Amino acid sequence: MTFPLVASAIKVFVVFNLIMVGVALLTLLERRVCAWMQDRLGPNRVGPQGLFQPAADGLKNFLKEETSPAMADKALFTLAPIVSFVPALLTFGVIPFAAPLPTKWGVVPMVVADLPVGFLYILAISSLGVYGIVLAGWASNNKYALLGGLRASAQMISYEIALGMSTVAVILLAGNVTLSQVIAQQQHGLPFVIPLTIAFVIFFISAFAETNRLPFDLPEAEGELIAGYHTEYSAMKFSMFYIAEYSNMVTASALMATLFFGGWDIPFTHWDDTGDPTVTKTLLTLAAFGLKTFAFLFTYIWVRWTLPRFRYDQLMALGWKVLLPLSLAYITVVAVAIWFIRIRLGWEYGRGMAAALGGLNLVLLIALVWWLDRGRIVSGSVQEETA
Amino acid sequence: MAIGVKVMKRPTQQTSYLRATLKGMALTFSHLLRPKVTMQYPEEKSSKDWTLSSRWRGTHRMLTDEQGRAKCVACGLCPQICPANCIKLVPGEDEEGHRYPLIYEIDEFRCIFCGYCQEVCPEEAIHVGVHYENSEYSRDRFVYDLERLTAQTHPVSTLWDPSDPKGE
Repeated sequence: MTFPLVASAIKVFVVFNLIMVGVALLTLLERRVCAWMQDRLGPNRVGPQGLFQPAADGLKNFLKEETSPAMADKALFTLAPIVSFVPALLTFGVIPFAAPLPTKWGVVPMVVADLPVGFLYILAISSLGVYGIVLAGWASNNKYALLGGLRASAQMISYEIALGMSTVAVILLAGNVTLSQVIAQQQHGLPFVIPLTIAFVIFFISAFAETNRLPFDLPEAEGELIAGYHTEYSAMKFSMFYIAEYSNMVTASALMATLFFGGWDIPFTHWDDTGDPTVTKTLLTLAAFGLKTFAFLFTYIWVRWTLPRFRYDQLMALGWKVLLPLSLAYITVVAVAIWFIRIRLGWEYGRGMAAALGGLNLVLLIALVWWLDRGRIVSGSVQEETA
Repeated sequence: MAIGVKVMKRPTQQTSYLRATLKGMALTFSHLLRPKVTMQYPEEKSSKDWTLSSRWRGTHRMLTDEQGRAKCVACGLCPQICPANCIKLVPGEDEEGHRYPLIYEIDEFRCIFCGYCQEVCPEEAIHVGVHYENSEYSRDRFVYDLERLTAQTHPVSTLWDPSDPKGE
């Protein structure tokens, strides 16, 4: 009885620390990749290749003076970074990150909590993050912070719908919301990115908006709002927002890897998910999961240093007029297709079904790209001048 | 539509944001692998693409003759021409009638690094230097006396390009 408790405690500790270290290294990676993309070198002085730069930054943030605006709502002002920080970390709890680990006392599943409602839990907790940002914007008693907070709430609520809708397709195909089961399904057949390409595209775009990253970082649009919702924050409180933003990125990347790229599964092989669990399998699948997550994290950074920021009305138009109808239409199509294949043809999820759905998605994707390619989406929102 | 907002006429049919995005992504990725232009400053002070110009006018240097004495004859031309009035010169004369500076001080804070002192000097004694690392712990260290000016070792400025002396 005590063993699962001890195992859970150890897992919580390890996962928490891994995320914290990962987030720290991610901030360094962001700065260095940004520099490389601009033909610079980036921070490389503190430690080998600048590896201790995050530690130096962290130390600086601890030692800096905490300022608090005179007219701020003190309680909410202090609460906001916590409210933003905690859900960012909580979400990771249900994501399986490796094959089960065999120990002397029994097999330990490599997930902090394999909740039966795993995915719903993620949707519920990740939407809490918006409270932190809105509270920060409100409690600061600063017009820029307030505008940032307002934008954040509108943006995150808008894109959450598209995000949730795109995952309905995953749930339809997997027939389960437990993330370990979703992974198991993908191990039987192909990763869900093939049968559900468009759902992945929608999820990918919405995830950018959900994590307030460029091109959707309007809540902190520094050109317009100074720093948006965290304008008035300093020292560790600011750092908490920063960590929260990066933890959200890690979680979103891990989710994309889990839902669409088979999670910890090593692609195109079966030895890792069949047979008895071994330590080697655990380590290799952990590496596979890390690699997949890292690929998405890199994409986040890559996109950030490529694309300019959207205008606010363009952001809203993309969310409500494109992604939401698209995801709804896609659910309909996929539901019909799955019904047809499962009930009429009597197939179970496997390579055949994945390939069939993949073909359907390819056709839809080509149509979608052809339509998007007309410049109708992000063209000027205002009427053209009649020459 | 807001009043008085001028709207640019943009093509809508041929523009493709999708392709432009992918192009941009490819471009940034290619930059990731290109050689970097950063110079690792304290270790690396010049590269094959960039060196300090030989015409750079930095902090001064007083040249010396074979006996190690300053070449300056205290003629007074440099304090005369100095537009910033930063040179303090008190002339002296030895038993043989040679003039030399009793006090020669340059306030590097007042100096505007025009190079006139070097240009006007008949003895080629005072020079502006090809040098830029001047930090000190106190402000009074920025008044360079004669001893300090003669002790400098950095190269001196050519003031003009030897191959193109009139700047044509």
